[in-house]
Amino acid sequence: MLVVPAVAGLAFLVLPLAGLLIRAPWSTLPARLAEPHVLEALRLSLVSATVATACCLLLGVPLAWLLARVRFPGRRLVRALVTVPLVLPPVVGGVALLLVLGRRGLVGQWLESAFGVTLPFTTAGVVIAEMFVAMPFLVISVEGALRGADQRFEEAAATLGASRWTVFRRVTLPMVMPGVAAGAVLCWARALGEFGATITFAGNFPGTTRTMPLAVYLALETEPEAAIVLSLVLLAVSVVILAALRDRWVSTP
Amino acid sequence: MVRRRLSRWAALGRTVLGRTVLGRALPGRVGRGRVGRGRVSALPVALVLAGMAGLSGLGGCGAGEPAAGDADAREVTVFAAASLTGAFTELGEAFEAAHPGTTVRFNFGSSATLAQQIVQGAPADVFAAASPATMKTVTDATAAGSPTTFARNRLRIAVPPDNPARVDELKDLADPKVKVALCAEQVPCGAAAVKALEAARLKVTPVTLEQDVKATLTKVQLGEVDAALVYETDVIAAAGKVTGIAFPEADLAVNDYPIATLAGAGDAARRFVDLVLSRQGGDVLAEAGFGSREPGREPG
Repeated sequence: MLVVPAVAGLAFLVLPLAGLLIRAPWSTLPARLAEPHVLEALRLSLVSATVATACCLLLGVPLAWLLARVRFPGRRLVRALVTVPLVLPPVVGGVALLLVLGRRGLVGQWLESAFGVTLPFTTAGVVIAEMFVAMPFLVISVEGALRGADQRFEEAAATLGASRWTVFRRVTLPMVMPGVAAGAVLCWARALGEFGATITFAGNFPGTTRTMPLAVYLALETEPEAAIVLSLVLLAVSVVILAALRDRWVSTP
Repeated sequence: MVRRRLSRWAALGRTVLGRTVLGRALPGRVGRGRVGRGRVSALPVALVLAGMAGLSGLGGCGAGEPAAGDADAREVTVFAAASLTGAFTELGEAFEAAHPGTTVRFNFGSSATLAQQIVQGAPADVFAAASPATMKTVTDATAAGSPTTFARNRLRIAVPPDNPARVDELKDLADPKVKVALCAEQVPCGAAAVKALEAARLKVTPVTLEQDVKATLTKVQLGEVDAALVYETDVIAAAGKVTGIAFPEADLAVNDYPIATLAGAGDAARRFVDLVLSRQGGDVLAEAGFGSREPGREPG
């Protein structure tokens, strides 16, 4: 009996996609794809989402470990704070980033005077905006995996003289690898589709900050057909990449 | 019959779940006890069907809802350019006060987005655009009434109050050290900016092309850019937070704002347009900075 709502759910998710496919201007598709600005936006999207995911792994996995393994006062509060970017409208996230990392922001001011670095309107800004909205997906996924993992292996390693770092690297991390991989995929996918925080914090300029979702939004203003083509490209690329990675990870967890 | 089919589904469910989620079979008791015996009530199905009916019902409502065409429409839906937010909200209140029982609903946004929404069948009675080009998108694709120009808006250079880059004329924007935000060319304020810069024979490389004029202005308010080209009305609306600088080329890139009733609009919609075109409407718009003000006059 679960099948009926399941099929309804599937239809709900897939039908809009079918709409895109049906309405796609197939005859002009090759010409539109060959336009340099499409490739430019696609390349920027893939690079920034991948860099953002790598940065999220560097910061997010230790954060997840902290939440799952270390007892400290206020842990519940910290866990709730980690999920804030999930509920915050991304545009507000972008404004918040501007207030902190912008040219007149709390930290940004100092960055500019000390290092001459300004983040808004740069590709680094795109990566930061994407990290902000995507990292919670990684942290939650990895934390869940860590809680599910059997801690006795870690304890055994520790009694055999392994340091905390060795335990983490040689025992914990391999055990939760599927969780890390799943989190990284979610994180990457979220970063790839990021729009609100990016356009608010990083702005929108071809080549440096105009990612695919921004290009889609702007195309929608005047040429809905071009927007459909751009969406299809983004969709096709992400489906191919996700499918390829998933197969690899599932067969060798 | 039904029972047998149910148990087959349950078995299917077990294998599918077992394979994909956990990689091992679920405890059999769960499957047999609840689903296999066919004790599952029709409730979930009913809920789903009801939900679908509800959704389609809503969809139906949405499509037929504007009550357009009725002479005694009690609701006027106005799609208006974002720059009209202040003035039109005020006019809407005046209209409701003068026509008790009639409500005016506004959808403010980028003219280009609104135009696309109307072409795609959004339920609107009146469209007030920030440029003739976006209005043309609508009049070409739908049976709208003929548009009338009701306001004009010109560009200003907006700078933060402390003017960190010491911008005081248009050619300062071409300095590569000055960070400039412009509207994207797809939206009216961006098209006007391109026109003004071309008229001045200047090549400005902005750091960002914003999706609408309000977003452009925000970048100035936050001090992220040194200057931006926005409408005079936006500078007035943000008085105190940004300073406006007039420049002569602005007169070559004046945006006309057309308004039109859309297909199926009722009398109330026409009366609203009349109000916008009336002297009272003109006064409200002039107060917001629209109209033929003297170029060079600084807003407070």
